[in-house]
Amino acid sequence: MDERLPGYKGLALKLLLDAGAEIGDLVRIIKDDVVLEGILIPRSEYGDERHITIKIRSGYNIGVEVTPSTRIERVSPETKPAFIPPQPPEQKPGLPKVSILGTGGTIASRVDYRTGAVRPVMSASELYSIVPELADIAVIETEMLFNILSEDMTPKYWSIMAEAVARHIRSGVQGVVIAHGTDTMGYSAAALSFALQNLPVPVILVGAQRSGDRPSSDAALNLIGAVTAASRAPFAEVSVAMHETTSDESIILHRGTKVRKCHTSRRDAFKTINATPLARVIGDKIFMLTDEYRPRDSNRELILKPNFDERAALIKFYPGIRPELIDWLVSGGYRGIVLEGTGLGHVCRECFPAIKRAIDRGVVIAMASQCIWGRVNMNVYSTGRDLLAMGVVPLGDMLPETALVKMMWCLAQTSDPEEVKRLLLTNVAGEISQRTVEYIEPPKTVVGRADGN
Amino acid sequence: MTIDYRKIGLKVGLECHQQLATREKLFCGCRPELFKGEPEITFLRRLRPTQSELGQIDPAAYFEFQKGVKILYEADTKTSCLVEMDEEPPHDLNREALEIALMVALMMGAKPVDEIHVMRKIVIDGSNTTGFQRTCVVALNGSITVDGKEIPIEHVSLEEDAARKVGEEGLVIRYRIDRLGIPLIEVATGPVISSPEEAEKVALAIGKIFRATKRVRRGIGTIRQDLNISIKDGALIEIKGVQELELISKVVEYEVQRQLNLLKIRDEVRRRGLREEDLREEFVDVTLLFKETQCRVLRRSIERGDIVLAVKLPKFAGLLGFELTPGLRFGGELSDRAKFWGRVSGILHSDELKSYGVTDEEIAELKRVMGALEEDAIVLVAGKADNARDALKAVVERAREALRGVPEETRAANPDGTTRYMRPRPGAARMYPETDIPPIKVTKDLLEKIKMQLPKSPEEKVREIMKVYGINEKLARQLLDTEYDELFETIVRETRVAPTVVATILTETLKALKRDGFNISVLTDEQIIETFRLVDRGITTKEAIPEILKWLCKHEGANPADVIKELGLTMISEEDLQRIIDEYIEKNKSLILERGLSALGTLMGLIMKDLRGRVKPETVNRILKEKISGKITIK
Repeated sequence: MDERLPGYKGLALKLLLDAGAEIGDLVRIIKDDVVLEGILIPRSEYGDERHITIKIRSGYNIGVEVTPSTRIERVSPETKPAFIPPQPPEQKPGLPKVSILGTGGTIASRVDYRTGAVRPVMSASELYSIVPELADIAVIETEMLFNILSEDMTPKYWSIMAEAVARHIRSGVQGVVIAHGTDTMGYSAAALSFALQNLPVPVILVGAQRSGDRPSSDAALNLIGAVTAASRAPFAEVSVAMHETTSDESIILHRGTKVRKCHTSRRDAFKTINATPLARVIGDKIFMLTDEYRPRDSNRELILKPNFDERAALIKFYPGIRPELIDWLVSGGYRGIVLEGTGLGHVCRECFPAIKRAIDRGVVIAMASQCIWGRVNMNVYSTGRDLLAMGVVPLGDMLPETALVKMMWCLAQTSDPEEVKRLLLTNVAGEISQRTVEYIEPPKTVVGRADGN
Repeated sequence: MTIDYRKIGLKVGLECHQQLATREKLFCGCRPELFKGEPEITFLRRLRPTQSELGQIDPAAYFEFQKGVKILYEADTKTSCLVEMDEEPPHDLNREALEIALMVALMMGAKPVDEIHVMRKIVIDGSNTTGFQRTCVVALNGSITVDGKEIPIEHVSLEEDAARKVGEEGLVIRYRIDRLGIPLIEVATGPVISSPEEAEKVALAIGKIFRATKRVRRGIGTIRQDLNISIKDGALIEIKGVQELELISKVVEYEVQRQLNLLKIRDEVRRRGLREEDLREEFVDVTLLFKETQCRVLRRSIERGDIVLAVKLPKFAGLLGFELTPGLRFGGELSDRAKFWGRVSGILHSDELKSYGVTDEEIAELKRVMGALEEDAIVLVAGKADNARDALKAVVERAREALRGVPEETRAANPDGTTRYMRPRPGAARMYPETDIPPIKVTKDLLEKIKMQLPKSPEEKVREIMKVYGINEKLARQLLDTEYDELFETIVRETRVAPTVVATILTETLKALKRDGFNISVLTDEQIIETFRLVDRGITTKEAIPEILKWLCKHEGANPADVIKELGLTMISEEDLQRIIDEYIEKNKSLILERGLSALGTLMGLIMKDLRGRVKPETVNRILKEKISGKITIK
């Protein structure tokens, strides 16, 4: 593969190299009785070796099949489109300061219209030029932490994020926004909830389900909602800001430990599980949906605990599961296992010996439910009672993903399994509660009480 | 006014769009149908203009966005899913649609591309939930021959139809997404058409090829033409959404007229010595001046709390009332712009103030306040302060453009063939790849398969119908033109009614009914076939068909057999006919005695006049002949 001709290989690459053509050049392809002219476009990495993609005069792309007898001529070199970034809007002094940290993902990207390739956008002025409304909400500073897809996120990145957030908070901003890919945003939100304790200001993760190059993207509204919350929300917690419904009307703020991506593609994919969302943003108004939150207080001293021990695993129980899985983890040096059990918190009896062996070796085993909704209760059936007797920790209404993140965090706080167990059951960031109430959907028009204005 | 289109350099290019009759939509499994009644789902969206690769934002789109325009989408679960709601990525390109598009391409001699790349074409008026239309070229460089002239076909594309606008309330525009995603084929000709009539003929020829595939949708709204029209010294104007074929030549004619008249206005203002800098955005609030006005339009606005804002257009006196095309004056062009940019209901101008009940005193005072001289025009708008300013800015901008001639713009066709301002012409086509759909290879196997299924060309079909059914060329062509060829073949196959009779009814009779104002579009194929079956079974006669069809047009969904009873068109039995004829003979005894057999013609006329459609003329003739001969013999 040639760097100047991304995606091209084999015969197509050879013909293009022979012609001295580069991406963006106007080329002429002559084969049999057909002559086609167009701008050379990169190909997808999985494209074959026999086609060349060009953009013809009407703006359409087409793929042209080449054979050894095909001739390619370079008609004229690339005419680089002069990109004139629009004038960034005027900064308004006196507005709250908000930091936006980039990590990659759909939210902070723009398309190269010529090739369709997506690249990150991370300077504040670029961001203002795409979402000029931000200039009316806050004075923004941006920092690009890294640029990865959210599925490539690891606990190490959680630590980097936590440290960066702490740095920005200590520099005196009124809130921090993290632009994040949506796939693992729930995990990162939980991780930051544990790593950033005693928060003085809100930390808002925000993503997009539709990329910013689309006029229908949810990125801008989500970002506006996130920056609004970061700058003025009355709470100081880690939360996720995304569309509440399919409409471009309201942004809902989910507590970082209680949020889960529940749909592959919808704008309102994120849901608060087993709790009430924190707040809703409509236009420039913030409406609190619960009274139970840590209030904003700039004088509060942030406590940073950014470490995670990756020797923890999440196992989803399924009929027919082999207990050797657990043994394998234990022999691999794992220190904690979260079981995603059935119903109230069960796994088959065949797994009992393996679980027993693990606990005897000092591995912490905890139980969350694959039902997602509801809390585990291991006193109801004998299976649960037996597991409890072995020392499995019942995690109440904690989400399995949050439980895994918390396990990693707890393991990094102490080497004592008993202390890990105690920490697991201690509410650190709203991840576990003693009460679940019937969720009452607030009416769409009359919403909570406006706050923070 | 006869126009020498060659001399004025008329160039027309067509883009013909036709919905395809596929089982599913282009990028999902939804039914390609529209729904009636209340929507099951509604949702609100905003479309944000995105920058082009040059960092530019479409000014009209950005303006709309800044005004806070929202789109309320309506849907039901039968005709749309998450794909149309832009809540799920598109599925694979519909293969059935691709095959039809390739079929059309091959029929036009176009060369299929080796690999199809689906593109996103930015459209942010709300008609696409995504903010872009998915479209792909399937073939390039074909041609068709129309009246001996070769018309190049630049490309054949496959694209998704847009949502349909169903309403607009303030800043909320309502669209229904049922139509969104219905497969459309687009055929674009080169800009070589040089007369209005030719434009219509080319569209007709393209339409015939579409229909020859037998796999396109029929009915109102399933075919739409866009026209690109330019003349020398004028501008390239894109006219969208011409649904009626018969309207095409008129649209071209009117557009030429409009451009020629705008050039006249240009010459006139130049002659008057107008310079661009004379047209200034100096707006005067004249609300107080009209506090007591008798002009109802202004009074009502002022009572509502609107302001009346005025601007002077130097040297434009008399030109605002200048008619460009029937019903469209130059003032109308200013008004269209004011409505679009200022969301006001329209403008009032000095050439027409009097007819709106503004008094001479008020006009004199207005002119004094505005410092207007005899050759100056004044434009008024009423509305909220912001809107009024935006409206007048747009009016001034349009007046400046008048000095340059014809502004490039996209216009929409009205049902009478005139057009209205829609939006400025979008900049360079903004298309970028639809990365959610991998490129599709057009294999030799697929092309071979389609070649085997290629339908006969319309020309071949005409010759075939003439030969097989023994009807003349004129009727055969009409059958194809009216798209009744398939129905014709069905009827001829299923009944013993003579092919010429069937063809005549399907072409000339239906045309006559339409001309007389009958809504023949409500007639279903089944109703027409059933009518012919009734003739075939001797229940009624072919002479009764026009009456039956008229009734069916007026009573949508009626059953032809019931119509016959309703209209008393049932055949009279021979027994009854014998009796009736006896009565006629009795009444006209003297005539028969006097003239013998030559009275037959007169009697025949009398009887058929009363019984048309209920008896076969040949039966009446036979009985009459027998009876009259009998009478004569008796004598």
